[in-house]
Amino acid sequence: MALAMGLALAGCGEMAARPQPTGINDPYESANRRVHAFNKGFDTAVFKARPGHPRTIDNGFTRSVTNVGNNLGLPGKVVNSLLQGRPEPAVKNTFRFLINSTVGLAGIFDPAGSSFSLPETDTDFGETLAVWGMGEGAYMELPFFGPSTERDAAGRIVDIAMNPVGAVLKGSDATAATVARLAGKAAERKRFGETVESILYDSADSYAQSRLLYLQSRRYQLGGKENNDAQAWDPYADPYAQ
Amino acid sequence: MPRPGTPMPTPMRNDRRRLLGAGLAAFAGLLVAPRGAFALDDTQARALISRAVTEVNSAIDSGKTGQPLYDLFESIFVRFADVPTIARSALGTASRSASGAQMAAFTTAFRGYISRKYGKRFREFIGARFEVQGARLVKGFYEVKTVAYLQGQAPFEVLWHVSDKSGKDLFFNIIIEGVNMLAAERTEIGAMLDARHGDIDALIKDLKTAG
Repeated sequence: MALAMGLALAGCGEMAARPQPTGINDPYESANRRVHAFNKGFDTAVFKARPGHPRTIDNGFTRSVTNVGNNLGLPGKVVNSLLQGRPEPAVKNTFRFLINSTVGLAGIFDPAGSSFSLPETDTDFGETLAVWGMGEGAYMELPFFGPSTERDAAGRIVDIAMNPVGAVLKGSDATAATVARLAGKAAERKRFGETVESILYDSADSYAQSRLLYLQSRRYQLGGKENNDAQAWDPYADPYAQ
Repeated sequence: MPRPGTPMPTPMRNDRRRLLGAGLAAFAGLLVAPRGAFALDDTQARALISRAVTEVNSAIDSGKTGQPLYDLFESIFVRFADVPTIARSALGTASRSASGAQMAAFTTAFRGYISRKYGKRFREFIGARFEVQGARLVKGFYEVKTVAYLQGQAPFEVLWHVSDKSGKDLFFNIIIEGVNMLAAERTEIGAMLDARHGDIDALIKDLKTAG
């Protein structure tokens, strides 16, 4: 039922495709900056590399933990692709999930990506809302989750509530799945430690820098591979004001 | 599109052809003398980025680390990028009030800062392969599309914006999966300048060791 409704809505969304927003809409900046300070404090306490230690830890262990966590996220992505009316990524992620859960030993390994050219197609309910025609809304930094927008924050809540893996698994299995997903996020944070820490700890204004990077990459992800030529930066036409 | 001055294979009487030829030559002269928007074509834009990518690849493979590697990147950056334009754009509106000497000092400091900052990150690209895929015209400059292949990661798109408006074919922006280097550096330099209460000289001094 929800699926049929989603597909119908997705149809409307595609027709009423709105232009990608530009610029920064951040009316809650002072509140967001307080959340950012909290998140940065949390990251410093839990994840930040100690002086003299490498920021990035990309080895078999962090990869395996990341893989297991991401594998458990695939069913939710399949549902979202269907809600967006995009069967192809849904089919690909389904096969990816089936291969990695079995041949890949519960997702520890990634034979789907390495041997079957089935890399993960990333999506979430925030993207589903975008496909359905909902506007991006104001920028928001969420505790623990980090940079977001009003639309993506709503998407997060729905993704957590929807969680198809939790609906199938019962009791301690469901808890184990949640722990594995959180561990996957932690391992991923260390795998991309250099990138994350250069933004958080090397920027003159880590709030402004992470806001910019989030909005740019999110809009790129949601806009597909289309580029908006009218918005391209031309420093020769107007070197000062952009 | 045929290049300006290409002989037209239209049957015409000699005198008319000569007259038209003279006109075309003058027109071509107008286009060429101050290098115009059409002087750069997609082949040249692709070739520039192919050369830059080849040099970046060989720098990564050179086995150099630390300052020698950053020096290598700085020399590549200077040869292939329009550093003064990138620096001016990163400084934003403040570059309007800066003196010529300040702009020159800022540009030099900015060049070193970029090489250190991105040089450090290029370690992650060891074993990476960039493939030039194509070029297209955007608002009077060329966008060259490359795809970066990294081990254990899905390939990702890197766009290079190339212009000849400096008088040479140079790139002035890199966009990695939608993330725009000019925009990121404008945010960074703007925040550094704010932290120094708009003092450009203090910014230049600190930029010499930043990155």
